[in-house]
Amino acid sequence: MNIKNSVIKFDNVTKRFPVGGDYFIALKNIDLLLNKGEFTGLVGPSGSGKTTLLNIIGGLDSASDGNVSVLGQSLENTSHNERAKVRRKNMGFIFQSYNLLPVYSVFENVELPLILNKIDSTQRLKKVNQAIEWVGLSDKRDSRPSMLSGGECQRTAIARAIVHQPALVMADEPTANLDAENSHHIMKILSNLNRELSTSFVFATHDEKIMGYLKRIIHLEDGQIKKDQLIKNPKFS
Amino acid sequence: MLFKIAIKNLLGARLRTILNVFVTSFSFFIILLMSGMYDGMLQHAKNVTIDTEIAGGAYWHPNYDPLDPMSFEDSHSLIPNEIQLLVDKKEAFPVLVNQVSIYPGGRIMPAILKGIPPNQDIVKMPSPSLNSYKDGTIPVLIGKGMAQSTKLNVGDSFTIRWLDINRTFDANEGTVVHIMDTENFKIDMGHIWIPLNIAQSMFEMQDQATYVTYKKNSMEIADNIDWVHRDVDFLVKDMEAIIEADKPSVQVMFIILLSLAAMGIFNAQVLSIFRRGREIGTLMALGMTRLRVVALFTLEGGLNAILSAFATLIIFGPVLWYFSISGIPLPIDYTEMGLIMAKRLIPVYSAGLIFSTMILVSIIVLIVSYLPSRKISQMKPTDALRGKAIA
Repeated sequence: MNIKNSVIKFDNVTKRFPVGGDYFIALKNIDLLLNKGEFTGLVGPSGSGKTTLLNIIGGLDSASDGNVSVLGQSLENTSHNERAKVRRKNMGFIFQSYNLLPVYSVFENVELPLILNKIDSTQRLKKVNQAIEWVGLSDKRDSRPSMLSGGECQRTAIARAIVHQPALVMADEPTANLDAENSHHIMKILSNLNRELSTSFVFATHDEKIMGYLKRIIHLEDGQIKKDQLIKNPKFS
Repeated sequence: MLFKIAIKNLLGARLRTILNVFVTSFSFFIILLMSGMYDGMLQHAKNVTIDTEIAGGAYWHPNYDPLDPMSFEDSHSLIPNEIQLLVDKKEAFPVLVNQVSIYPGGRIMPAILKGIPPNQDIVKMPSPSLNSYKDGTIPVLIGKGMAQSTKLNVGDSFTIRWLDINRTFDANEGTVVHIMDTENFKIDMGHIWIPLNIAQSMFEMQDQATYVTYKKNSMEIADNIDWVHRDVDFLVKDMEAIIEADKPSVQVMFIILLSLAAMGIFNAQVLSIFRRGREIGTLMALGMTRLRVVALFTLEGGLNAILSAFATLIIFGPVLWYFSISGIPLPIDYTEMGLIMAKRLIPVYSAGLIFSTMILVSIIVLIVSYLPSRKISQMKPTDALRGKAIA
């Protein structure tokens, strides 16, 4: 592994959640290095720690022990504001349930990260149109999420995640609510974006369909990495 | 940036915004109406007192104390020349006050007898009716409240007994010539009005008076006279004192009203913000700081208040205006309770009232927007994203 190119570095990371008077260990002594441009999947059964790992990478949660570095910056002892800034500038999120703002149109949902990054309106218009075009939703730009299908909602969420061209995109079960055809469509879009923009993608999934696109699969079980697998020729690449 | 997002959120939320704005503007309306009614009541009470009793002010005999009937006996004299000049110019009229006993229906009752020139037109009283009776008895004018408590009707006669100048009791027959329908209980309850010349003759106090009431905007006279000048401010003091004494209960009512409005707004805002927990989590995931999340939702609350102010103007403005023109009919005659109140209460909306209500309700909206959004923003983003319930 090339440390110079790393976007994520975990050193002996443990995560504990208080349950009653005791603790549940969600992640145990995780060491991990993810490089720029990787298309990686965190796979494993429910409760294996995939989402927890993803949340810690995204700075949405913090490690109980160990050190986490994202894009060369240690997240240890960082404030909420500093982590928010890292997310705003360098990260994109895709959620299982899309998490689109219901009162916004497709265009406005995709525009939001650019507004938060204080991009001027001319640039915003250009970048949002480009992102919407990438995901094939140009004809739906003024529709609200309630008027879209599940696949279209997820494509909107993808456009929102990549519109500011972040270094890292995290996707938590992005195809869980979609049928096979839509799942493949979504994964093809993400795979293309990975190639064209060199954006690193990390998926948390147990969807077999996704695995055919991944270039690296990290198997988690009971909060520990059981297997780290590099795929030379992904099935659907 | 926040302003742009807040505007988008408000306009995009459509029905939610409409409901929030309606609840807030309804609160504006209720508070404005109730406060306007109270202010209208005060204004009316003051106007009625001035119109029917005070006019421009009065000069009192130095011994006169309207709250001490025992003082009436010694509170009369010839009117000082300077004041008499006003009376001669018809810019003032004298009143002679004394304590008497009356016997309506055979019952004895204490009463305050006031002699008034029947032809005065300085205060709004039907005193000319005292001219109309010529059967030898004393023509008496009483108010509706007095008529009810004495069970006297127009044409009824009753005995009036008084202590004359020789400190012996005299008596004569009085006849009710008119029952006036006045809102000012102070010229009604316990009062009988007779022509001034008859009163002066009864008490053998020729050309004497207890006080002189002068016209509004009448020329002031030098104050080097024995009689005491009482201006409008002094004469409405007792009424203001009654109102002042009533203020705590009004304030309690205002607080209850405001609390009800605040609860309505709080309910609408809290529901709307707590339902948006997942949205807040998404904003935090996209990189919005906690402070900005709180600022965004508080700003939305502020914009909600501004929209509500406009909505109040558009939706409830015509209703408020209608009430301020035609008044609100009151089902009870409050004069019997010792209150000066119109049968149709006309609310008065001062700029101060409108401004203070807007500020107060806006502050409430800001607070009830700030508190729940602060609570949500303190959640872990992962919990907010899951839409976890807030304790």
